[in-house]
Amino acid sequence: MGLLSDPNRRKALTNLLTRLNAPICMVCYLAAIVWFMGLAFEPFTLRTYMSENAMGSTMVEERFSSGERALSLAKEFDAHKRKAGGMPVEWLVKAMQARGLEVFTQSFSRKLPFPDENKERYMVRGTNVYGILRAPRAPRTEALVITAPCSPGNSDNQAVGLLLALAQYFRNQIFWAKDIIFLVNEHDLIGMQAWLEGYHHTNITGMEYSPLQGRAGSIQAALSLELSSDVITSLDLILEGLNGQLPNLDLANLFYAFCQKLGVLCTIQGKLQRNDWDTAEGYTHAAQTMMLMVLKQACGRSWGDHGLFLRYHIEAASIRGINGFRHYKMDVATIGRLLEGMVRKLNNLLERLHQSYFFYLLPSLSRFVSIGYYMPAFGLLAVILLLRALDLWVNLGAPALEAVDGVTEAEQPSGPGVLTVLTPVVISHLTGVALYLLPVHLQEMAVEHFPVSETEAVVLTAVAIYTAGLALPHNTQRLLSGEGTEQGWKVLKLTALLYLAVLLGCTALINFSLGFVLAVTLVPITASMTPHMPKALSALAMVLLSPAFTILYCVFIYQELIEAPVSVGEGWMLFLSVISQGILDHALYGSLVYPLLALFIYPCWLMFWNILFWS
Amino acid sequence: MAAPLTLLLIVAVTIRAVLFRSSLAELISERVEVVSPLNAWKRVVEGLALLDLGVSPYSGDVFHETPLMIYLFHFTVDYAEIVFMVSPYFVDCLSCLLASLDRAKIAIGSNNLKSDLLFNFPGCLRHIISFSTCGLNNAIIALFIFCTLKGSALLSGILLALATYQSIYPLTLFAPALLFFLQRLYIPVNLRRSSFWCFTLQYAFIYVGSLVVITGLSFFLLGSWDFIPSVYGFIFSVPDLTPNIGLFWYFFAEMFEHFRLFFICVFQINVFFYTIPLSIKLKEHPVFLIFMQIAIISIFKSYPTVGDVALYMAFLPAWSHLYRFLRNIFLVSCVLLACSALFPVLWHLWIYAGSANSNFYYAITLLFNFGQILLVSDYFYAYLRREHHLTHGLYLKKKDGTEATLVLK
Repeated sequence: MGLLSDPNRRKALTNLLTRLNAPICMVCYLAAIVWFMGLAFEPFTLRTYMSENAMGSTMVEERFSSGERALSLAKEFDAHKRKAGGMPVEWLVKAMQARGLEVFTQSFSRKLPFPDENKERYMVRGTNVYGILRAPRAPRTEALVITAPCSPGNSDNQAVGLLLALAQYFRNQIFWAKDIIFLVNEHDLIGMQAWLEGYHHTNITGMEYSPLQGRAGSIQAALSLELSSDVITSLDLILEGLNGQLPNLDLANLFYAFCQKLGVLCTIQGKLQRNDWDTAEGYTHAAQTMMLMVLKQACGRSWGDHGLFLRYHIEAASIRGINGFRHYKMDVATIGRLLEGMVRKLNNLLERLHQSYFFYLLPSLSRFVSIGYYMPAFGLLAVILLLRALDLWVNLGAPALEAVDGVTEAEQPSGPGVLTVLTPVVISHLTGVALYLLPVHLQEMAVEHFPVSETEAVVLTAVAIYTAGLALPHNTQRLLSGEGTEQGWKVLKLTALLYLAVLLGCTALINFSLGFVLAVTLVPITASMTPHMPKALSALAMVLLSPAFTILYCVFIYQELIEAPVSVGEGWMLFLSVISQGILDHALYGSLVYPLLALFIYPCWLMFWNILFWS
Repeated sequence: MAAPLTLLLIVAVTIRAVLFRSSLAELISERVEVVSPLNAWKRVVEGLALLDLGVSPYSGDVFHETPLMIYLFHFTVDYAEIVFMVSPYFVDCLSCLLASLDRAKIAIGSNNLKSDLLFNFPGCLRHIISFSTCGLNNAIIALFIFCTLKGSALLSGILLALATYQSIYPLTLFAPALLFFLQRLYIPVNLRRSSFWCFTLQYAFIYVGSLVVITGLSFFLLGSWDFIPSVYGFIFSVPDLTPNIGLFWYFFAEMFEHFRLFFICVFQINVFFYTIPLSIKLKEHPVFLIFMQIAIISIFKSYPTVGDVALYMAFLPAWSHLYRFLRNIFLVSCVLLACSALFPVLWHLWIYAGSANSNFYYAITLLFNFGQILLVSDYFYAYLRREHHLTHGLYLKKKDGTEATLVLK
């Protein structure tokens, strides 16, 4: 502990850090950005490999051939769906029973806090239908789930058809060691949430559902299928789940291995892998794929029906069939063979998937970046905050350091009272609480007084409260009994910097992308904010880098990356719908992004806004 | 002085009462950082139920509290909340007393008492609404310190015996208490003087006698010696490896059976070992020695919880005059703050999300204990520096007249 107790070396180090504080911070920031962008550069990534022994060395010969039957079932399903105007429960139950499954249904209902304008629903009522294929020879303690959604219109009929054809095919096999549950869920994520809550006897989101009559043991893995056309050109893998949780990388490796074996084109984020990593286009392609994954993970919503399984420690992924403009098309039988192979390999598992990584980024389907490689990028950003905090600490204790080694008789001005620092903290957090609670609770009042719909009322109230928070500093200063002192804002900034560092650290551990995206915009302004900077310019910088604008930039960047760029007006509408989706995700599935931003990040930003206007 | 103190006490009790009733209490009383197998309220209730059925409460390896504790709760189970609310205040009041006593030597303003209570509140914040008997154990230790400071050897011996009876580690507080009494009675610590041995034997007799009486009473209450392996055997042999904020669980989860006894001995000796060198160094300063011993017990005991941490942190304001000599307070505060935030996050990631594993949680445990050890050693160093300055003057000069710095080697 030489550094910690030897005063000479320690003084030298602190002097160095205080003198070179600004340059070190800037170098760290640039290093963090460069490090992050460099993650997509292929020589810095590792090739994916199968870590689970039970899934690696087994030979599987896929014999699924009922492609035509699947398509005819899809047409039947479509016809019955139109007739029933929703989920054709009786037909599905009869179809599954005819294939020898034990069939059960579950009805659920949920009233959304406000109407969902993207999917046009408010009062949701539906039924899930699931059939269990009991393992013929094994004790029935574990299960696998294959699910297809029942979507309105023309979507996902082929998925249900393939599901039923697979069920019939699997019923004739004798080697299944786990029960297989074939689930058709209505109203996509809401139905899935109801089924999972019923299966695990929890009720965390206030859904009303009828209890499940049939159960199959603890679920080891789940696959969700989205197939909307008779022929496909490629299969897309979707991994991002709720709160940015990802399934075990072995599931992605399994999918990739089978795509290689069957010669199926596979993509991730809708982008095909390129081989020319040493060219600029190759690198940009990989960087774009990785950025898309980061943005999707950061927004914390579940990008496929599989996303809700992850919370229950069930590894799950979604496979979506895409019919693009390529010559080589594959039929449903190939997809069936792929699923058969995957499910047979999952059947061989002796324990849950845990050997491979849970925290990773994928610049392409065959290359990955593990947590050990991407976390230093965030670490460099957090170090900036800690260096600034250290600098402030040294400045605050400076009169003492001038004397001999911490011993002084000099009269220090009494430090700012606790109240000076506590008031801005309390007021910022109360504003955060208002931002969290008021939009949903005040929607009726807003609808009465303004000519807007409920969804618009909620979103615009949120934006209004956010903007109203900007007016606070001028009021908090008058609440204090005296003028703020020079020491006052330094203590407040020290507290706020440490608070932000801990907050971003915890966020990055749970959802790295969210933590990193927030850090990239918040760290520069918070580290450099003092009351002595030019007020107008810094206020503009703070507003432009505030969390709300970060979301706006992410919306625009996301649209650019998926090659569907939007104009400013459309971008603004998308931004508003993102806010409403965030609030709905929190209410419906327990996503943590909205409470985190409203209750912690926004108050933290407000504290720095307060420091800027410290008089 | 009494009025603001009373007001603060009333405010603190109200806040505690409100929080007890909220749903937060359920959440926090389940957390492993707050309750341990030794002092969890759920286990006390289980033991009470077994007692009511006429079965020994120690059957089934669920209950590990002492018989006196179970009988105390047998009579006050309906008022358990009040017991839990009131007991931490012994610690708070005592630290105020410590602060005022120690500063009898130096004149400092009286608003320190207010800052004491305010400081204690965050220190106890983590365990204020925990349903665990840790608060009672802390209250007994606080009462013991109070009686020692007031000079009553009899009460001090009895309370120390009670504290040792609860969990064995306060045994190490015998030495500082003895040193305090010797100092108070002006008996020099000289092994050849008969007055020294006379008093030591008296105090030891009170202590050991009370311990024997209490243990005998427990035997007669329950009619068997079951409680000795269940309580003391449990504390020493650490069979339950539920994760907590201590250092034992991960280590012994990895250990081969062959080496287990050896490492148990090593880890347990670690708690008691520091008594001898610290007593030798701090024999003139027994009150600080008590603080150091309590801190070492809370860091190195087999099932620590945040309640034990709050015990020694509650005494920190008594040494606020050492603040200017502290070297690492910034680093320590950052580490402790970050760890407190990261404990629930990594627990969630390990147990609920399944993405992390025990290594992540133990890393934070190690960091937390590192922060605590750094805090304790920093205060120790600050105390020694202050003593040095008291005898050698504030401005140190080397022989050639230049400025000197004090270095701990």
